[in-house]
Amino acid sequence: MEKPKIALYWCASCGGCEEAVVDLADKILDVVNLVDIVFWPVAMDYKIQDVENLPDGSITASFINGGVRLTEHEHVVKLLRRKSKLVIAYGACSAWGGVPGLANLYSREEILRYVYHEAPTVENPDKTRPQLKTKVEEEITLELPDLLPRLLPLDLVVDVDYYVPGCPPTPDVTWKAIETLLSGNLPPRGSVLGASDKSLCYDCPLNETKPDKVLIKDVKRPHEVLADPSKCLLTQGLTCLGPVTRGGCGALCIKAAMPCTGCFGPLDEVIDYGGKAISYFASIVDYADEEEIKKVLGKILDPMGVFYRYSLPASRLRGKIILAER
Amino acid sequence: MSQDLEPRIVVFACNWCSYAALDLAGVSRMKYPPNFLVIKVMCSGRVDPQFILEAFRRGADGVLVAGCHPGDCHYIEGNIKALRRMTLLRRVLEGFGIEKERFRLEWISASEAEKFVRVANEMYQEIKSLGPLKLQETV
Repeated sequence: MEKPKIALYWCASCGGCEEAVVDLADKILDVVNLVDIVFWPVAMDYKIQDVENLPDGSITASFINGGVRLTEHEHVVKLLRRKSKLVIAYGACSAWGGVPGLANLYSREEILRYVYHEAPTVENPDKTRPQLKTKVEEEITLELPDLLPRLLPLDLVVDVDYYVPGCPPTPDVTWKAIETLLSGNLPPRGSVLGASDKSLCYDCPLNETKPDKVLIKDVKRPHEVLADPSKCLLTQGLTCLGPVTRGGCGALCIKAAMPCTGCFGPLDEVIDYGGKAISYFASIVDYADEEEIKKVLGKILDPMGVFYRYSLPASRLRGKIILAER
Repeated sequence: MSQDLEPRIVVFACNWCSYAALDLAGVSRMKYPPNFLVIKVMCSGRVDPQFILEAFRRGADGVLVAGCHPGDCHYIEGNIKALRRMTLLRRVLEGFGIEKERFRLEWISASEAEKFVRVANEMYQEIKSLGPLKLQETV
């Protein structure tokens, strides 16, 4: 019997998700025995042309990581969608935009201006910017892909069958997702593979130390406090997003006394991760006076970065509303 | 052109105080702009910030959350929870670039029909002059 064909592709991502696949360690050999990898730009020398030559629907599953930021990404993910039976958004960036998605707080022009002219490390007296087309010689024109107006999560560009969460997905989660896919017993479309259906607190080793009602008098940033690793981090004033984040990661950050930043994303039924996180976190601030509440919550210096760290492009408002006319 | 469009403003009003105040405004024949879509909730503490973000997503130009005065909450401290949430939400809305006039949290007791009418008129005027909320097209 012919082995199932798998494609892997990266869009706007840091490469950590590619690393996560390699982190399967010796299990990667099992994967290679079970499937044929037909496209994997990071590790193998296949070209887009090779994918184009495959019949439509002939790839069993495409694992796509990273958010869609360039016209090239858009082109390749649409191509992979056409060629694949299943498309899997692998990792937080692909599922909800991830850290690169925070760029949606700025317009395309603001980003280009900062990166090529204003950043303190840039010296660019001629105000050069990359051009989409550059003529290098007679009859040779080089082309670059264009930057889209915003970063888009994969499911705003093509239909996505399954999601694998994490920044990056842990080897355990990746393996469970692969097992589910290979088992042939597929969950309903749109499901999250490899992770838990409950919040991180259910898996958290510090759950027993969490009082029935968590209330905090102060908010601290991780560098401001020497956290007690044996006590619920929320009760120590750290912005741990465990209560609203999907479990399944094995509470790795918590075990290192770092609060959850939410990379496993929202639970089912949540329509806006940041909105839900605000809802829960603000409600445990133990003051009734508006000024006191403002003062304590004011210690969260960057609420967009804290509550929408991995999900800004998938939020209800997608990013900053850029008031072009004003 | 856009200035001619009438704003749509969503109100989340708590069952015990604010919704009764809106009712009172109605039976007292007080006049306020017809731009308010009222959603009754059991308590202002029931209003998840997601509801407000969703309202803006679906075309609201403004959102008003109205609850009982502190100390008067039917559920003792639901309105205080709302106060905490909305305080943080305000900063997030600012991060999204939504003008602060488009979102208000007000305490309106069952007898304060006049206060509701005043708030409604103010919000209408302010949002009308801002014009419609334009979300960036994404796809």
